[in-house]
Amino acid sequence: MSGYQGKKNIPRITSDRLLVKGAKIVNDDQSFLADIYMEDGVIKQIGDNLIVPGGVKIIEAHGRMVMPGGIDVHTRFQMPDRGMVSADDFYQGTKAALAGGTTMIIDHVVPEPGVSLVAAFKQWREWADSKSCCDYSLHVDITSWNTGTQEEMETLVKDHGVNSFLVYLAYKDVFQLSDSQIYEVLSVIRDLGAIAQVHAENGDIIAEEQRRILELGITGPEGHVLSRPEEVEAEAVNRAVTIANQTNCPLYITKVMSKSAADVIALAKKKGAVVYGEPISASLGTDGTHYWSKNWAKAASYVTSPPLSPDPTTPDYLNSLLSCGDLQVTGSAHCTFQTSQRAIGKDDFTLIPEGTNGTEERMSLIWDKCVVTGKMDENQFVAVTSTNAAKIFNVFPRKGRIAVGSDADLVLWDPDMTKIISAKTHNLAVEYNIFEGIEVRGGPVVVISQGKIVLEEGSLHPTEGCGRYISRKPFSDHVYKRIKARSRLTELRGVPRGHYDGPVCEVTVTPKMMSTVSSSSFSLSGAQTDDNIPRRNTQRIVAPPGGKANITNLG
Amino acid sequence: MSYQGKKNIPKITSERLLVKGGRIVNDDQSFHADIYMEDGIIKQIGDNLIVPGGVKTVEANGKMVIPGGIDIHTHFQMPYRGTTTVDDFAQGSKAALAGGTTMIVDHVIPDPGCSLMEAYDQWRQRGDEKSCCDYSLHVDITHWNDSVKQEVESLIKEKGVNSFQVYMAYKDYYQMSNSELYDIFSFLAERGGIAEVHAENGEIIAEEQARMLQMGITGPEGHVLSRPEELEAEAVFRAITIASQTNCPLYVTRVMSKSAADIISQARKRGNVVFGEPITASLGTDGTHYWSKNWAKAASFVTSPPLSPDPTTPDYLNTMLSSGDLSVTGSAHCTFSVAQKAIGKDDFTQIPEGVNGVEERMSLIWDKAVTTGKMDENMFVAVTSTNAAKILNLYPRKGRIAVGSDADLVIWDTDSIRTITAKTHNSAAEYNIFEGMELRGAPQAVICQGKIVVEDGTLHVVSGVGRFIPCSAFPDFAYKRIKARKQLAVLRAVPRGMYDGPVSEFSMSRGGTPSASARTSPTKQPSRNLHHSGFSLAGPTIPDDIPIRPAGRRIVVPPGGRSNITSLS
Repeated sequence: MSGYQGKKNIPRITSDRLLVKGAKIVNDDQSFLADIYMEDGVIKQIGDNLIVPGGVKIIEAHGRMVMPGGIDVHTRFQMPDRGMVSADDFYQGTKAALAGGTTMIIDHVVPEPGVSLVAAFKQWREWADSKSCCDYSLHVDITSWNTGTQEEMETLVKDHGVNSFLVYLAYKDVFQLSDSQIYEVLSVIRDLGAIAQVHAENGDIIAEEQRRILELGITGPEGHVLSRPEEVEAEAVNRAVTIANQTNCPLYITKVMSKSAADVIALAKKKGAVVYGEPISASLGTDGTHYWSKNWAKAASYVTSPPLSPDPTTPDYLNSLLSCGDLQVTGSAHCTFQTSQRAIGKDDFTLIPEGTNGTEERMSLIWDKCVVTGKMDENQFVAVTSTNAAKIFNVFPRKGRIAVGSDADLVLWDPDMTKIISAKTHNLAVEYNIFEGIEVRGGPVVVISQGKIVLEEGSLHPTEGCGRYISRKPFSDHVYKRIKARSRLTELRGVPRGHYDGPVCEVTVTPKMMSTVSSSSFSLSGAQTDDNIPRRNTQRIVAPPGGKANITNLG
Repeated sequence: MSYQGKKNIPKITSERLLVKGGRIVNDDQSFHADIYMEDGIIKQIGDNLIVPGGVKTVEANGKMVIPGGIDIHTHFQMPYRGTTTVDDFAQGSKAALAGGTTMIVDHVIPDPGCSLMEAYDQWRQRGDEKSCCDYSLHVDITHWNDSVKQEVESLIKEKGVNSFQVYMAYKDYYQMSNSELYDIFSFLAERGGIAEVHAENGEIIAEEQARMLQMGITGPEGHVLSRPEELEAEAVFRAITIASQTNCPLYVTRVMSKSAADIISQARKRGNVVFGEPITASLGTDGTHYWSKNWAKAASFVTSPPLSPDPTTPDYLNTMLSSGDLSVTGSAHCTFSVAQKAIGKDDFTQIPEGVNGVEERMSLIWDKAVTTGKMDENMFVAVTSTNAAKILNLYPRKGRIAVGSDADLVIWDTDSIRTITAKTHNSAAEYNIFEGMELRGAPQAVICQGKIVVEDGTLHVVSGVGRFIPCSAFPDFAYKRIKARKQLAVLRAVPRGMYDGPVSEFSMSRGGTPSASARTSPTKQPSRNLHHSGFSLAGPTIPDDIPIRPAGRRIVVPPGGRSNITSLS
């Protein structure tokens, strides 16, 4: 894309020192008036009447809000799909992100099933290091599961600063893992101290529905949403929550697209599950009625999975849940394709490459839908666009907070700025914008990334390749404090009993009957439990009835 | 239906019976009237009936007369690894009658790979030979392919079976995949069957069982620890989702936990056609007994899904049953002797599963739900008899006291108090999971097929008189709604011109990576991708280069008004 076509080396903005004067600093917990002094990309001082070196570039905030730069937790820049690559590469994508007030993105590494995770990770690093205009980090998707995968995950966590892995419950026969595999992956993730992300849709049912819809002669983009009803999303969320509870693994649901999926997450949280939900720009800003557009290209531009809900009240509902804390973080799931790329599915909706735009619009959209409407205040806005993401993915307080020692990623926010979103003016490489024509209030006036001004007076000065890879440590406190407490509680003990010495019924060893559920579990455990030796009593303590160690049920 | 040479058992002499002075309790109302029966059928209801002389008369003395109970879930004479459960059809149906149940519905369980029809015939033979009361059969689908499909079809059309159970648990044995469930539900929905599910996530259970055994937990407590109630709730949720997609009525057997019941209740509120069946065990006792130091006692509670260790569960389920969120009750009666249970003395996964409850069901619900004021006697009739008859499409022949209905009646004594104990129960098992429980409310007399089989505590049952009652497809109780929805659920494509812009080059194999050699699962076909899977079946009908169908056939689905009609809100 436009990224690699000889971007000339823009000279770095001269001053590495920057003073923001008269700012109303907005963190997720409070807002206060102060000046901010930055040097070498780090916030050095916060306060009034700061003593700073002469000749420092000064930005007058005039009492306007200055907030931590946004973190877009979910992007798919430059994503390969069947020999094509998504339209926005790391340059174009991060440029758009910066234009919208986002100063860090976390992209998804999608290894081909069976390909080494580490190799794919390195590939993504290479792409991003050469092109990204802002700091970035990487999630790694587990697209297949075998013994080697586990070691690779360990390597990624220990040597490469990855602390989040995505598994798919959808995309049957491609990415989809079985429930048993998910259980095993989640157990590994918990042991590594990482976060399990889930693409939650029931792929088995979708495959059946797709077949049925095609048989009905429905081949257009409306078939995409008809074959992926929101119940199928909610079902998978529920299943993921169940497995995560069993394995005591923190869970993160990417792309919450429907009311019912959000409800399942909210309910699980009330029951005490450690689960996070990520609505995306698309689900917060628009709906799935456009799949019925008579303009094929327009309808196709909305194709993403899980699909946008045809229920037009969905965005408002999701914004409310985001405001009350039932959903915590927002991403864009930015993954754009040109119309000609989408058109490979012109006769079969199942072939349409999936993804929507949103990295540029995310901050303004949420401000407009939530803060302007009084659903949330500016502090909660900072929480859901930046701080919570930094906490969950363990880059807090380096990111997600304006504090001494934090990275100098700031946004000077104008709550009154209005803008009409349009493909004509957006910073993307695609012809359609799914938010076309939406007027949003609130936007960035100045964006500072790594202590340098990248957006000022409407003009963007991004530097290709200056984005650093931010490595993330495992066992994020925000997530693992609770998990650790629970794993201490979950020790199970057997009941000390005498050996049963009564009569035992003869069993015919018809292998058919023997191959029950029991034998499948034997394979793993049979070896060390010798049937003839009575077990040591010391190992066993009665688990008090009712007080069993299913501690996830806090109610 | 009795095509298989049912020997002519000499009928009990008196074919005529009059119940005088009873208070008739149906699910909708209670009223005082006499009931006159002839040849096993209720002929007259009213006051001062004109009846032939010499008719045997039973004085009800103002006591309630209710339709005989229907135990919608039993496993009598169930084969298990070469042994058979201790209560056969004679013993089991005798116990049923003793408790006021005059009809049972047993589950036919074909071994995976075996013919459903053969298994059905086998069960029919056992039932016809021995059953003391009328019975019907559910058939469990333990594997799925085209020949099973045909068998299911003829079971529905010719053999009087309208309910089929599938398993989401018992991995590598009975367990069905999501795709199979989808297929089965679609199939049943078209043919008017009821899809029953055993709802537990078998994959996770297998993992948890392995974990428990690794930790050295081998006793019956491992059974419940490896099957936490969330796994039951998860499977219920999934089953409901699939049933809703396929527009198939769903029946969840053995609701054992609060969270599973909650999911059913929520789904009903959203408009799903789903019925929940708590059983005697889950309504009457809890899973704390798995920690009993007496291995044999602990093992006697082993059933799946397990009894919940949360002791407030029975009360909660009784409340849900009273409010109508749960619809019917069974016993899932499936008893093994201690020696049989002891097959799993060193490994809880080997313990044969099942508990008693066919005899205790009616009294237990009366005690827990009616004497406590949760439900009235009409609701009691609904959940113990009428609703089951409706679901099985046997109403009003069964489940109601009305002229023309079968003469299956119970004179119910609301004040009788019994203490349940294995010493006196009519089951052949050594343990009774309700041991020591004092229950108020019991049958004073039981009339089955117009004959008195229980009177003043004495049983006069006749083995083999039980008839097979065929259940026909499309029960109104479930299918009226399903049919209405089906009419709405027609999907249409959007009429659009052909897209004629540029199309990118792409390779069908993802990224061109010769990926899958390293993949573990042999079931996954490496070269296929998501898109292929959609194509594989539909592809042939829609060649790429032929213009899409004429616009006349397509109507815009109004946005928001798509035909996912299950969302009634």
